[in-house]
Amino acid sequence: MTVHNIRVGESKRGDASDGGADAVGGRLSRVDGPAKITGAAKYAVEQQLDGLAYAVLVESTIASGKVRSIDTSVAEAAPGVLKVLTPDIIISLRTASDWFGTPPPDAPYCPLARDVTFSGQHVAAVVAETFEQAVAAAALVEVSYYETPAIVDLSDAKAGDGIPIDAMTKEWGDAQAAFASAPVRICAAYNTPREYQAPMEPHGLIAHWEGDKLTVWEPSQWLDGMARTYAEWFDVPFENVRLVSPYIGGGFGSKALALSHGAVAASAAKMLGRPVRLVMTRPQTFTGYGGRAATRQTVTIGADRQGKIQSIVHRGINETSIDGMWVEPLGSVTSIMYATPNFSSKQNVVRVNSVVPGAMRAPGENPSAFGIESAIDELAYEVGIDPLEIRLRNYAEQDPEAKKAWSTRQLREAFAAGAERFGWAKRTPEPRSMRDGNQLIGWGVAAGTYPVRRAYGEAIVRILADGSVEVESSSIDMGQGTYTILAQTAAETVGVPADNVVVKLGDSRFPRAGVAGGSRLAGVMTGAVYKAATSALDQLVGLAISDPRSPFHALQANTLVVANGRISSPRGDGPDLSIAELLSSVGRDHIEATGDTMPANSTAQDRYKNYTTIAMAVPHTEGDYSRHSWCAHFIEVRVDEDFGTVRVSRVVSALDSGRLYNPKLAESQWKGGIIMGIGQALLEEGIVDRRHGRIVNNNLADYLVPTNADIPDIEVISVGIPDLHSSVLGGKGVGELAIVGVAPAIANAVFHATGKRVRDLPITLEKLI
Amino acid sequence: MRDFSYLRAGSVEAARQAAALPGAMLLAGGTTLIDLAKCGVAEPDSLVDITHLKGLDKVEVSERGATIGALAKMGHVADHADIKSRFPAVSEALWQAASAQIRNMATIGGNLMQRTRCPYFRDPSNFPACNKREPGSGCSALGGVTRGHAVLGTSEACIAMYPGDLAAALVAFDAIVHLGERRVPVDDFFLVPGTTPEREHAIEPGEMITAIEIPHSAAARRSTYLKIRDRQSYEFAAASAAVGIEFEADGRTIRDLRVALGGVATKPWRARAVEEALKGKVLGPDAVRAASLLAVEGAVDHGANHYKIELAPRVVARAILKMGETA
Ligand SMILES: Cc1cc2nc3c(=O)[nH]c(=O)nc-3n(C[C@H](O)[C@H](O)[C@H](O)COP(=O)(O)OP(=O)(O)OC[C@H]3O[C@@H](n4cnc5c(N)ncnc54)[C@H](O)[C@@H]3O)c2cc1C
Ligand code: SF4
Repeated sequence: MTVHNIRVGESKRGDASDGGADAVGGRLSRVDGPAKITGAAKYAVEQQLDGLAYAVLVESTIASGKVRSIDTSVAEAAPGVLKVLTPDIIISLRTASDWFGTPPPDAPYCPLARDVTFSGQHVAAVVAETFEQAVAAAALVEVSYYETPAIVDLSDAKAGDGIPIDAMTKEWGDAQAAFASAPVRICAAYNTPREYQAPMEPHGLIAHWEGDKLTVWEPSQWLDGMARTYAEWFDVPFENVRLVSPYIGGGFGSKALALSHGAVAASAAKMLGRPVRLVMTRPQTFTGYGGRAATRQTVTIGADRQGKIQSIVHRGINETSIDGMWVEPLGSVTSIMYATPNFSSKQNVVRVNSVVPGAMRAPGENPSAFGIESAIDELAYEVGIDPLEIRLRNYAEQDPEAKKAWSTRQLREAFAAGAERFGWAKRTPEPRSMRDGNQLIGWGVAAGTYPVRRAYGEAIVRILADGSVEVESSSIDMGQGTYTILAQTAAETVGVPADNVVVKLGDSRFPRAGVAGGSRLAGVMTGAVYKAATSALDQLVGLAISDPRSPFHALQANTLVVANGRISSPRGDGPDLSIAELLSSVGRDHIEATGDTMPANSTAQDRYKNYTTIAMAVPHTEGDYSRHSWCAHFIEVRVDEDFGTVRVSRVVSALDSGRLYNPKLAESQWKGGIIMGIGQALLEEGIVDRRHGRIVNNNLADYLVPTNADIPDIEVISVGIPDLHSSVLGGKGVGELAIVGVAPAIANAVFHATGKRVRDLPITLEKLI
Repeated sequence: MRDFSYLRAGSVEAARQAAALPGAMLLAGGTTLIDLAKCGVAEPDSLVDITHLKGLDKVEVSERGATIGALAKMGHVADHADIKSRFPAVSEALWQAASAQIRNMATIGGNLMQRTRCPYFRDPSNFPACNKREPGSGCSALGGVTRGHAVLGTSEACIAMYPGDLAAALVAFDAIVHLGERRVPVDDFFLVPGTTPEREHAIEPGEMITAIEIPHSAAARRSTYLKIRDRQSYEFAAASAAVGIEFEADGRTIRDLRVALGGVATKPWRARAVEEALKGKVLGPDAVRAASLLAVEGAVDHGANHYKIELAPRVVARAILKMGETA
């Protein structure tokens, strides 16, 4: 079973828009695009295996309590049923370490719950010969419960104040005292609801055991991390687990970890001695793993009459599950966006009966920005200063928290470029001052940021006998463009057309890579491929110069030029050969080199840890610099006051992600983030039935994400400059940045339009009517 | 596995006979039925596929009015030139319903028969109590998440909203449902829940919708469908209004007015009180706004759906004023 290979050339347009497209920084179209559009791309669970059996999950219908009994007899007797798994009928697994690699307790792990802590928890599973048989039999499993009262959400009286997370506390100066004596004071509470990643491709897998070797076809943002978890659960060596994930239909943070449904499927496969496929239903994707935690923040700002901030006091809480811990770092933007001499941020986490929340595009920064970027807008109105001007007056010239220089911070440039394009200068400041017929028009601005997370990856680059280049890495492409930018990196570095590069990803047998999360993968993997390709090129040139059989040998040059797949001398005197001709002249069928971004002298143990945990990720404030991406969003809304409906009619965003490896793909990612931000601002909310502790809008008809009709033309402007403190080739994070700040920009625009400040997302019509 | 039989009906008569058997259901575009089967709400023993019946997909506009075959696709009717010009509200209601893909699959007969979006109705394994599904089992929505539920025509047994757009336009213009030979005015075809929420339509076992007839009227010709919703597309109405208007020769005095609401009631809701209050009056913003409040007379909210009581009259007023402007 090999990964689907893609020839870059299939998708190259060859028109002027692709001029220079092959190189890093070129606008090469997605090389995986044609395969996806034509259906040729085979996704993980589309593997056809002999003897495949189908598993379907049975979920708890109560939010809190214990399973009293499970009657499987009727289900077992149903046609085609092979096995019904329950907490009592499943092989024993071991608890795996968390994603930091923290050694786990020496305790068994059961992915089916006896103690129910949320509605929708997996309590049983049915495996049958066909999917339809499994679905039908799953409905016949009779589960009875002892039910206990649930804590349904943050507003539940039983929820309490939660657990203080000391590691989240950030303080300098005397924030309370400075606030008390500030001439201008604002204080407000901002809430965000449960939100869901809602990827097009639901979670699922095929698990297949051959002896004690496990192969898992599963969409994954992190093959090596997930392989480690499977290996630990089943107590087999890491090398015995192979993860295959050639394409991913969207993850947004939700596909980075091996989850309990994976343990169920792999257990079933082992128990039956057959490959098992398990795919979640859409409703199950709302409870089978966590979306973004609901959050509450209070932001108080003390300032002088000119709007200069003297103090920020920030308190946040997010929900987590009864037995899991998720901290959504709510002070992450609060502490760095504006210069303030006094600062205090603290955070609690509150346990409720929900699935443990998880990572969703810009965890932490996203809700954090909703708080501070709304609050600074409130301050602007309080002191009567333009919302853009107040941001410039409080511009942080260095990282206020780390007290280090920014590696690069093109935020001022972003404000300037965005304001210019948007026409901000024409804005009339008073709320309700701009109107078009029945529609009130509002213009809002907000900034966003995301840290440059750095980790490690390795890659193999091969120059093959026909002169083509092959790249291998266990990193992944979930639509963000890894296939494409790695082809560009190898093409430029070796000196071949991108057409002649084949990139293979998504197989844990390949050289390893850390998680594709936190917008780190592009920076890491372009670095690794650059290094591997450089050393492959060195070998090629070395051979050409020193091998006595090489036509270049007589030249006695100390370097040669490789360009467009051909080798020649720098001055053009002497032979001019294709790479294939050279390799054949020296009798080689390929050249191979490995490159990585690991510190020198790393041990095998270090490497394992680096690729399978996030324990060794490099802090963004390591050394002398603080490294972040930045952006400024300028957004126009139209509010029909009779109806309370908000429509986003114009977006101009200027963004600093450093050097862009491929502007076309970066722009798409930014736009995707902005679209998701529009959904967050206006539509998205997991609605809980408070009597049952259950999400009732657990499908894509009722959980609203934006449609095309909700999205206006979006203009994005790159204001970044290469940042070599952030990555080998100068890029900073792209994928998560652009969602940060969209919701507050919209809320600020709604205030400008209507004079109503909405501090609870989403901004639905009943809040404005 | 739940087995069911599948029959492709060769004639209307055969379809009606097959559908009269217990556990049988008609299958048209399937966009409601298959969905409900997947959530375990519809559990047919046999499906009678009517999509191959000949002659039921026609749209004809004659001197008397429009006759739309039960198997005409939503997209086709929405795009029909005579429907657009003679019954704009009907075309607009269809255009704004569901998505392009669904409109290309779904039929007019199936559209009328679509079921409520009440989340409790659609999730039997988690919410066994639902009077509409299981008469006498109770109503899980009462005391639960009610943002999308009805404020008009509700009963203690059921507060589920009828979600269709087309039916509101049909009710406004006195359309008639053809059940073979039997004719039922659309307003009588849909039933309020009362104590029998499981019974939603005046259709008997073995009956089938064969066509919809919409009589011509000046009001239908000058009509619109205004739909307000949380997102701009692919979303049911938070509140909607089908409005048609006819003026006296002076171009200001209202001779005939039709108003029906969608998204707020247990059935497509004709707002006759608004019509009566404005007939004979000169069209003007204040009068229209005041009269529009009558649209929600007797409305009862259940907390989260209170906004519909505010919203619906504003939608009605906007739609009437918009029709007045085009005078
Ligand atoms: C996600 C989603 C969004 C939607 N949004 C909207 C919206 O915004 N506005 C809107 O109005 N609708 C909306 N719909 C509903 C959609 O319009 C209906 O599903 C569709 O019209 C049903 O038609 P069908 O032919 O597919 O019916 P089917 O699913 O085949 O049948 C539906 C029901 O009608 C019965 N039936 C079918 N034909 C006849 C007949 N001739 N006589 C008697 N009984 C019959 C069937 O037995 C069945 O019970 C939406 C649907 C979905 C899934
Ligand atoms: S409102 Fe009607 S459909 Fe919804 S749960 Fe109650 S009885 Fe059932």
